[in-house]
Amino acid sequence: MGLGVQALGRKSIQSISKLGGFFVLAGRFLASLKDIPKSLRLIAEQIYFVGLKSFPLIMIISIFVGAVSAWQAAYQFKFIGAPPRLLGQAVGKAVVMELAPVLSAIVFAGRVGAGITAELGTMRVTEQIDALESIGINPVRYLVMPRVIACMLMVPFLVIFANFIAIMGALIVSIVGVDLTPEIFLNGFKDSFAMKDFNNGLIKAGVFGMIIGLVGCYEGFITTGGAQGVGKTTTSSVVVSSVLILIFNFVFAVLLFRI
Amino acid sequence: MSAESVIQITDVSKSFGRNPVLDELNLNIQAGESIVIIGQSGCGKSVLLKHIIKLIEPDRGTVRFDGLDLQEVRGRHLITLRRRIGILFQSAALFDSMTVAQNVGLGLRESKEHTVDQIEDIVHEKLDLVGLADAAEKFPAELSGGMRKRVGLARAIATDPEVLLYDEPTTGLDPITADLINNLIVELSQHLKVTSIAVTHDMVSAYKIANRVVMLYEGKVRFDGTPEETRATEDATVRQFITGSARGPIKVR
Ligand SMILES: Nc1ncnc2c1ncn2[C@@H]1O[C@H](COP(=O)(O)OP(=O)(O)OP(=O)(O)O)[C@@H](O)[C@H]1O
Ligand SMILES: [Mg+2]
Repeated sequence: MGLGVQALGRKSIQSISKLGGFFVLAGRFLASLKDIPKSLRLIAEQIYFVGLKSFPLIMIISIFVGAVSAWQAAYQFKFIGAPPRLLGQAVGKAVVMELAPVLSAIVFAGRVGAGITAELGTMRVTEQIDALESIGINPVRYLVMPRVIACMLMVPFLVIFANFIAIMGALIVSIVGVDLTPEIFLNGFKDSFAMKDFNNGLIKAGVFGMIIGLVGCYEGFITTGGAQGVGKTTTSSVVVSSVLILIFNFVFAVLLFRI
Repeated sequence: MSAESVIQITDVSKSFGRNPVLDELNLNIQAGESIVIIGQSGCGKSVLLKHIIKLIEPDRGTVRFDGLDLQEVRGRHLITLRRRIGILFQSAALFDSMTVAQNVGLGLRESKEHTVDQIEDIVHEKLDLVGLADAAEKFPAELSGGMRKRVGLARAIATDPEVLLYDEPTTGLDPITADLINNLIVELSQHLKVTSIAVTHDMVSAYKIANRVVMLYEGKVRFDGTPEETRATEDATVRQFITGSARGPIKVR
């Protein structure tokens, strides 16, 4: 019992100091933003590395998510007797507001966030980060800032792409499965489409990108203990950023939509 | 404690968890000295070197560089100060995403004090000094352990620092290449007046490069003297170490 309490105490002290360390890194990231002009080449490199990684997977996921949303909505409509022409509205809202940003972000966390942690974690345990510091380079400016900025730019980009593909998926289902004409579906979608929703989705995506980048870098930086350590923090990076994405997404919904 | 000490390590203690490594250690190093640090594996030699460049901070005690308490040096000042020190890591710690030439030139590129052509020349010159002029375009993964060590050395000396920290510069090198590196270290310290602190297990190399030998034992400086004094010492612990014997007061953990 005593031991259990002690272990719990130790665990919570660890979590608190981890949280503290995370905010310190976030602060140093903000401070490094003044060096953006010096670091354009590094940022461009990261956009290139980070950018292309997630598109194929997002495409597959989005097309099926759009398709299944349309299918389920049509099925529910049949019972409540809603006119099928509302399909475009229902699916459009769900995709643009929630599905595209959240799913893209979680896929991104699994691919790019994990990759960042594995890379920086390996650099940490092989003393490459110490070596950077030793030659007078601030690792936050050199490693963290370009990666976080690349993530903040690429997640919104991915969301736009996911929106488009998911709507295509839904359109295909409504033509093939529900016998709607493309005009009816797209008119319904257009009626419900609000630029505000789209923009909010993108802002949300930018915040998700920042979470993924910062968590990915932080977990990499605190890695200890060789290959096994890198494996541990890489997993932790994906779990932590996915959970944070879901929590923030809910907070956004509560703030934006008053029920 | 004379005024011209470049490095003053005062009462420094450091533990990792429940593992005490340095225990109120004191060491002063004058400009231009060439010190060799010896001691058993795991006794804290690498940890001590990292304190000098603030990669590790002491639990207690102070480390001063050029009179500045490192605890108070931060941000831009720390970057400027670190550029005055070069370090060769025990593991070499090369950037594996960069070529050899990019590794050696990174510090120069980031300090923005040289043109691209100048950097290329300096990189070539330093690689030549360590006998690796041909390896410039290779990646670290394509090099042998000894070659990596030498690239690490070229990177450490690239910016012509005033103080050089070498963590086992000749480990893993054949006797001939080791001699090349020893000569280079001697050259840097005698002709360029670089202050050097080298950790080594290799007594041949130690006697060649040192004008002062320091032995760490149980977290403290156990012995501090010239190479002649080291050879002649009566201290059984030091004798056991320099003659390399498993029998004696030092327990192998
Ligand atoms: N980052 C770290 N975290 C925890 N313990 C560490 C860390 N770095 C070093 N140690 C511990 O500190 C002690 C001294 O390590 P150090 O690397 O300085 O030894 P060393 O004298 O350089 O040995 P060697 O000659 O084998 O290189 C060891 O017991 C090691 O386990
Ligand atoms: Mg060592």
